[in-house]
Amino acid sequence: MSKRFPVSSLLPVAVLLLLLLVPWLSIHVPVVFNGPLNTPGNLQLLAVGFTLGIAALSYNLLFGYTGVLSFGHALFFGAGVYLPAIALRHWEWTVGPSLLFGLAGGILLAVAVGALSLRTHGVYFAMVTLAFAQAGAVIVGKNVGDLTGGEEGLSLRTRGLPDWMVGVVNTDKLYWLALSMLIVVYLLAWRLTTSPMGQIWKGIRENEQRIEMLGVRPYVFKLLAFVISSSLATLGGTIYLFLASGATPRVVSANFTVTLLLMVIIGGSGSLWGPIAGALLYHYLDVRLTDWAASDVVADLPVVLSRPLRDPLFIFGTIFILLVMFFPRGLAGAFGGRSRPFRHVLGGAVARSVTAHGKGPE
Amino acid sequence: MSTFVLLTLTGLALAAMYFLLAAGLSLIFGLMDVLNFAHGAFFTWGAYSAWWTIDRFSPAGTGSTPAFFLAIIAATAVGAVLAAAVEIGLIRPLYRRPIFQVLVTLGAGLALSQLTSVIWRPDARFFPQPGWLSDTSTILGARVPNNRFLLILAALAVLGGMLLFLSKTRYGLIVRAGAENREMVRALGIDVDRAFTLVFALGGALAGLGGAFGAAYFGAIDPTFGSVNLIFAFIVVVIGGLGSVTGSALAAVIIGLAQQFGNYYTSWAGDFVIVLLLAAVLLLRPGGLLGGSR
Repeated sequence: MSKRFPVSSLLPVAVLLLLLLVPWLSIHVPVVFNGPLNTPGNLQLLAVGFTLGIAALSYNLLFGYTGVLSFGHALFFGAGVYLPAIALRHWEWTVGPSLLFGLAGGILLAVAVGALSLRTHGVYFAMVTLAFAQAGAVIVGKNVGDLTGGEEGLSLRTRGLPDWMVGVVNTDKLYWLALSMLIVVYLLAWRLTTSPMGQIWKGIRENEQRIEMLGVRPYVFKLLAFVISSSLATLGGTIYLFLASGATPRVVSANFTVTLLLMVIIGGSGSLWGPIAGALLYHYLDVRLTDWAASDVVADLPVVLSRPLRDPLFIFGTIFILLVMFFPRGLAGAFGGRSRPFRHVLGGAVARSVTAHGKGPE
Repeated sequence: MSTFVLLTLTGLALAAMYFLLAAGLSLIFGLMDVLNFAHGAFFTWGAYSAWWTIDRFSPAGTGSTPAFFLAIIAATAVGAVLAAAVEIGLIRPLYRRPIFQVLVTLGAGLALSQLTSVIWRPDARFFPQPGWLSDTSTILGARVPNNRFLLILAALAVLGGMLLFLSKTRYGLIVRAGAENREMVRALGIDVDRAFTLVFALGGALAGLGGAFGAAYFGAIDPTFGSVNLIFAFIVVVIGGLGSVTGSALAAVIIGLAQQFGNYYTSWAGDFVIVLLLAAVLLLRPGGLLGGSR
């Protein structure tokens, strides 16, 4: 595997430049975006997509690169959303300590959950992480200790924040924050996946027993992958908090993890950029379908069409099935080209790691 | 004392509902290695089919006894048909790619559950039931709704039936043998694929039945009904040991009681204790309580 810089053609650079310039571009893109491109609404749409991109990319470090299927990723994204929100709201901390608290909390949680869950394999691991995430969802949903606001969620307390992070006029600053974080996470992920550790991750994905026979403990490297991936999700969650101006229980739900998985499948699990593209596309469709469902065009359709169209989750479920059945490599598989870090994706590898251990303990 | 009796009986009824969901999950995984995320959707569809049947065949706003029993049959049938359709249409084509089988059940679970929201709207629906079922009986001073007893009886009957099916019938033998070594059974000239569909349909039927009884237990249903309970069923299956029906029954009782007693003290303690139990079991017996031999 070459350590070539990930930007191997002009296209990604052009896309990146364009994205950096978006807050200054007041051009109209009819149908795709409402009004000029740089309205706060459109910037918000893209920026939330970037934070979901961070989450999906981090998820794929585990799922696509290490072959570990976790159903608990929402827990760590949610920690990044809720912990700083709680510190800001209830303890009236300033933004710096709140962010550190969120990140430290996310990392500690990841170490604890990972160390425990990774004692199991395959399907057991998936269910155990699901259970831990469910515990998190219960704590948030039932408003334990009056901290999380329960089903209502928690609005962001803006008094502890610097001025540039507050208000609709400053959406452009948050946009750049989200984009630069996405770039940093992408470069970090690229560096990690091409490092010797990344090679071991891929080795674990391909054949865990063989890695073990080489004298490497897969457990340690899976735990590293789990902690790194989860911490990056926490980081994404924190930026999401500022963009969404608050925390809602949705971000710790099992459905949110399913959503991340869907983003990865849409984009393709075989590349770093695939999940980002998948996240952007997913979030865009999610917002647009909801807008669209409320429009007259849909209302005028016969009931058999209009009812399903009003239910984004139903549509995404159907898309999920179709992708898995017919386009298992997602966007990255369709437009892969040179930037694809490895060729055969998921095919037998993760599958083998699931079934090899699926029958129970070693 | 009366609180203790009430919590115990309600906990056992909850356990019975979890068992109806978990037994199918466990059997499907034991035979096919597929973690079936669509199982919650079969449960939801069972609940909605039962609700629809009662609503249609009883006087408005009430539940008549014949309609209730018809609803039970309808729920079971719908669960079985849906499950067989998912197995034949979605899972079988992905036979060589197990991870994609899991993913496709996830998509099917999402789409099928949401389909109830598409058809009957997302709002919660009151579940009408015959008076004798929602009435309470007094046992040792505790007033326990009769549907709790019916649920427990149904689960016991299912447990007995499944154990007989697995140990006495030819198909039960194939299922048990297939769980041990699928390729060997295939090599002996037995059509394992048909056993797959059968196990899926059986699991779907039990989930549908569980959905109907669950609707009576909770008194109301909504499209997330199945996915909420599916997570607890997963925990039951893991604690009991994947592939073990008796293990699922045992774990369901532990989880149902722990949840009821825990949630009696605070609204979240029960759910939390369950996750701690799961962690403890995985640390001490990673294969589950009765799954160690596999």
